Amino acid sequence: MLLLPKLVHDQMVAHCLGGLPDEACGLIGGVPETGVAVTCYPTRNLAASAKLYTVDPKEHLRADRDAEASGYSIIGVFHSHTHTEAYPSPTDVAQAPDPTWHYILVSLRDIQPVVRSYGIVDGVVTEEPVRLQPR
Amino acid sequence: MPVQVNLPTVLRSHAGGAKTVSVDGSTVGQVLAHLAGEYPGLSGQVVDSDGTLHKFVNVYLNDDDVRYLSSLDTPVTDADEISILPAVAGGATTQQDTPGT
Repeated sequence: MLLLPKLVHDQMVAHCLGGLPDEACGLIGGVPETGVAVTCYPTRNLAASAKLYTVDPKEHLRADRDAEASGYSIIGVFHSHTHTEAYPSPTDVAQAPDPTWHYILVSLRDIQPVVRSYGIVDGVVTEEPVRLQPR
Repeated sequence: MPVQVNLPTVLRSHAGGAKTVSVDGSTVGQVLAHLAGEYPGLSGQVVDSDGTLHKFVNVYLNDDDVRYLSSLDTPVTDADEISILPAVAGGATTQQDTPGT
């Protein structure tokens, strides 16, 4: 389960909307053991594409250091799908870097952005509940 | 000359759960080779069998991606810190995608 503070949710969605027409991406800092998200780290999409994303490696390093210095870890990644549903694509599954991470998809296909989260372990995708936290 | 190497969560289990290990070497490549020697589970995870940096891994010397330095030949000193992180990428492209959809 992913426990997502409303602020983190809103920052994530705002970054994805701001990235249109390209996909946008970022990292989530939090508590690995409990799935509590704490910080949204919006990052540049180096691929600058409507169909692909690459988290800027330098910004990843910066986010990782910030999270670790605050006693947290990077627990997941989010990215937008601009024209498809909020479900990991074969590319997302093939390149999922960490089986403990939360893979958050923000679909911008419809008027209302749709946020869903998944675990990806050995190529197997499992959706997990996302519980929005007031703060 | 020991250099501090910061491991990503996904690789820590291969190093007994350590976040940071200390490994000898005077280039990034030597440090990574010694790392794989000391922790065989890490072998092939950072450097490919052909001796190049794994495509889905980013290695940093202090603040810089070593691909923008001299890659595995980048010299290191004991004041340096090497960090390894997974490359994070993906996208919506599928084989079913057709232009205009």
